[in-house]
Amino acid sequence: MAEEIKTEQLQNTKADFKSDQVVKWCAGCGDFAILSAIQSALVESNVKKEDVVFVSGIGCSSRFPYYMNTYGFHGLHGRGAVIASGIKVANPKLDVWHITGDGDSMAIGGNHFIHLVRRNIDMNVILFNNKIYGLTKGQYSPTTPKGSITKTSPEGTIENPFKPGELAMGAQGTFFARVVDTEPKRMKEVFLEATKHRGTSVVEVLQNCVIFNNRIHSEITGKDVRDDHQIHLKHGKPMIFGKEKDKGLILKGSRFEVVKIGENGISEEDILVHDAHNPDDTTHYMLVRMTLPEYPVATGVIRSCECTNTYEAELEFQVKRAMEKSDMNSLQELIEEKSFVVEKSTKN
Amino acid sequence: MSKKTNKVIEVDAVVVKFAGDSGDGMQLSGSQFSDTSAFAGNDLATFPDYPSEIRAPQGTVAGVSGFQLHIGHKEVDTPGDLADVLVALNPAALKANMKWVKSGATIIIDIDNFDNKYYKKAGFIEDPLGDGTLDGYNVVKAPISQLSKATVKDLGVDAKSAERTKNQFALGILYWLFNKDLKFGEEFIENKFGDKKPLLSEANKRVLRAGYNYAETVEALRTTYQINPIKNRSGRFRNITGNVATAWGLVAAAERANMELFLGSYPITPASEILQELSKMKKFGVKTFQAEDEIAGINSAIGASFAGDFAVTTTSGPGLALKSEAVGLAVITELPLVIVDVQRGGPATGLPTKPEQSDLMQALYGRNGESPCVVIAASTPANCFHYAFMSGKISLEHMTPVILLTDGYLANGSELWNIPQIKDLPEVKPPFIADNSEYLPYKRNEKTLARYWALPGQEGMRHRIGGLEKEDETGIVSHNPLNHERMSYLREGKVQNVVNFIPDLKVSGEDSGELLVVGWGGTYGALISAVKDMQEKGKSVSLAQFNYIKPLPKNTAEVFSRFKKIVVCEINLGQFANYLRICHPEFNYLQYNKIQGLPFMISELKDKFNEILED
Repeated sequence: MAEEIKTEQLQNTKADFKSDQVVKWCAGCGDFAILSAIQSALVESNVKKEDVVFVSGIGCSSRFPYYMNTYGFHGLHGRGAVIASGIKVANPKLDVWHITGDGDSMAIGGNHFIHLVRRNIDMNVILFNNKIYGLTKGQYSPTTPKGSITKTSPEGTIENPFKPGELAMGAQGTFFARVVDTEPKRMKEVFLEATKHRGTSVVEVLQNCVIFNNRIHSEITGKDVRDDHQIHLKHGKPMIFGKEKDKGLILKGSRFEVVKIGENGISEEDILVHDAHNPDDTTHYMLVRMTLPEYPVATGVIRSCECTNTYEAELEFQVKRAMEKSDMNSLQELIEEKSFVVEKSTKN
Repeated sequence: MSKKTNKVIEVDAVVVKFAGDSGDGMQLSGSQFSDTSAFAGNDLATFPDYPSEIRAPQGTVAGVSGFQLHIGHKEVDTPGDLADVLVALNPAALKANMKWVKSGATIIIDIDNFDNKYYKKAGFIEDPLGDGTLDGYNVVKAPISQLSKATVKDLGVDAKSAERTKNQFALGILYWLFNKDLKFGEEFIENKFGDKKPLLSEANKRVLRAGYNYAETVEALRTTYQINPIKNRSGRFRNITGNVATAWGLVAAAERANMELFLGSYPITPASEILQELSKMKKFGVKTFQAEDEIAGINSAIGASFAGDFAVTTTSGPGLALKSEAVGLAVITELPLVIVDVQRGGPATGLPTKPEQSDLMQALYGRNGESPCVVIAASTPANCFHYAFMSGKISLEHMTPVILLTDGYLANGSELWNIPQIKDLPEVKPPFIADNSEYLPYKRNEKTLARYWALPGQEGMRHRIGGLEKEDETGIVSHNPLNHERMSYLREGKVQNVVNFIPDLKVSGEDSGELLVVGWGGTYGALISAVKDMQEKGKSVSLAQFNYIKPLPKNTAEVFSRFKKIVVCEINLGQFANYLRICHPEFNYLQYNKIQGLPFMISELKDKFNEILED
């Protein structure tokens, strides 16, 4: 019976997921494409609309839940991750999405981000990384490149930026992917992969803020450079990239090296094959850290490993076991433990 | 050894204080003797007094851990002002507690620890046993350490464990002194060590009996005392602390609402026991989420509430400060949430292990915006159960955060609890709504003004809520000026409307008279004891103890108007008095405040009340 329900096609359309609210992002904002890709992914993931919950913190991206015709909760700055955790733990049947930005999840909510990932609660975290504070109008964020001139760093930032993937790996993340907001089809595919993964799926979207940080990702997303500056990873496929599909990654010592296929005796067989499912995250960590100009920037599903159970499943198991094992049937029995009956004393 | 003849005196009540190094097992001894007295039918109230360091330097006053116990044949409302019997296992314990014993009290000391080294550590200049410090007291100098070790010598326990049995020796003396049945003490030890540590169980039992036998033979203890079971009381009872009662009250509310309880919390003294207790309750479907910080604790609870669990977060003052933004989120999203604040001395880290009532203003007003919550305060360790239950009921039925204030004194203190029948507690009926109803998230129930509660997963009810101001009824984000004003009044009105669902204020004593003593929360025991004593002496004094703080009971002004003078007593600088000045400015409020990290003493209260009456 349960199987039948699972395989039933729900015939949801993209329009089913659009709310009646006017979308109030700036014209040209990367958020529009992400919204559209998530709506497409939801149609394909065949989930019941009633079971979907979007949760966010504060920031431009965090207005997202209002634009989805699902259940939604617009939380506090940085706290979306824990609100979403509470929702999922309370009702593990729900399909929970946490929408956040680089300020929301890397600065004020940095603590919650790493603990969510560490607990591996089953939800999709979509991290809109535009490397700037948009809603407060142009201050630097924890992912802003060092030296950037912003409203609060007129002489350039003096802080080293976070790479969200490093934090996810450091917190024993089981799923990490990176996509760019200019490639809707790939975004949708990656979001679908994220929904399939059991555990915390972190998807970093390199998103453009047209007003305060325009073209921040153009070295990665630009039409003329993207094939050479991005390596789109697929599990089980060799790590090949480049306009001519002639470049690849090999391991030299303990580091990656970019090589050209056909030069110095390198053939396709020498190129590393991407194993996203490997419980050992060493290679994933190296992939996440790759930066221009030495390396291409890794996109696609970098890590997807069913190596630990989810928090809510373990908790459900413990609750079920405690109920089965307990010889106590009611709270009444518990409170009467160690109790005694006092008869009316006649002594004065 | 020949049994000496002894005299048994029946007494109404006795106060015993155990004191030793933290690590000497004083809290355990206290609990053990409490349980034994409870089983014997005595009324009781207890209060542990321990340092915030886990093991402060041995032998110093800073490291003294104490446990005070008041047991009675008559009703007992506080752990007692001064002790009739002090057990001091070292000179520091004596030094720290000398001022808390009655003149002529029995002081049992472990003579093995009374040497120059320990005098110095404790800060005595002269040997207190020889300089007249203890003149007028009945001092029992027992070689407790030495005899304890000797008792377990042939059992083969290690030296450290042997040393640690000494608390049982001291207890054994008390079992004899107060004619308590050793059987209860032995059962307590067996439960404590279980089948896993049979050797330690045997060692402790032997030492307990050795202490008892020692007392039976020693000349210094010629008189023993009998505290008969309490009269005019019957039913099923147990000894319970405020924190455990709070945890169980919350579970009871979940059960009566037929909901699952979700606790999102972060450990903090003196509230951690609630989290610990609820962590053991998975068998009743309780889910506990030990969050990464206070903020995560409350936000996870808000998420769980949105998803349809009965959500709770527990903390103390510093934690409530961290949670304040999220309390506002629960206010504006109008989701049920119980926030338990076990108050302690502040500000900042303050006095983590000492009680205080200084979070009242924080609970009432400590948030950005107009952010009304229901505020309730428990007033005895046992009634933490009732007020935790009521906090849950009001929160769930009125779709509002409720802040429940207890304090370190209630939380760790214990008393006898007349166990209720859970099935007889009132039903809890949250305003759930059926699938595919015509649903507007901020449309309200006319009677309670609560909005209806649709849960994710329900068909045909999809909606969005959040921290931005919402349009009345539809819940759409709105920056409309008049809508914001309307919503602000609606949120305040909803909380004020709870007044129609809470009981009137009751007065202990005459309905009118010279002086009305006003208290709230955890000061009840001391206030009622002082007021009763004065009433017995014919004084025109009554007590009104508040449990419902926001809203105040309907008849508050009417009660106040019947007395010539009102004195508001609090363990702070006057927060409730000031709140009453806001709510009912027509009355003149005298104040009695104490802020020493200590509860009120009955004697100081009586002095103050007499002074006011004579004025």
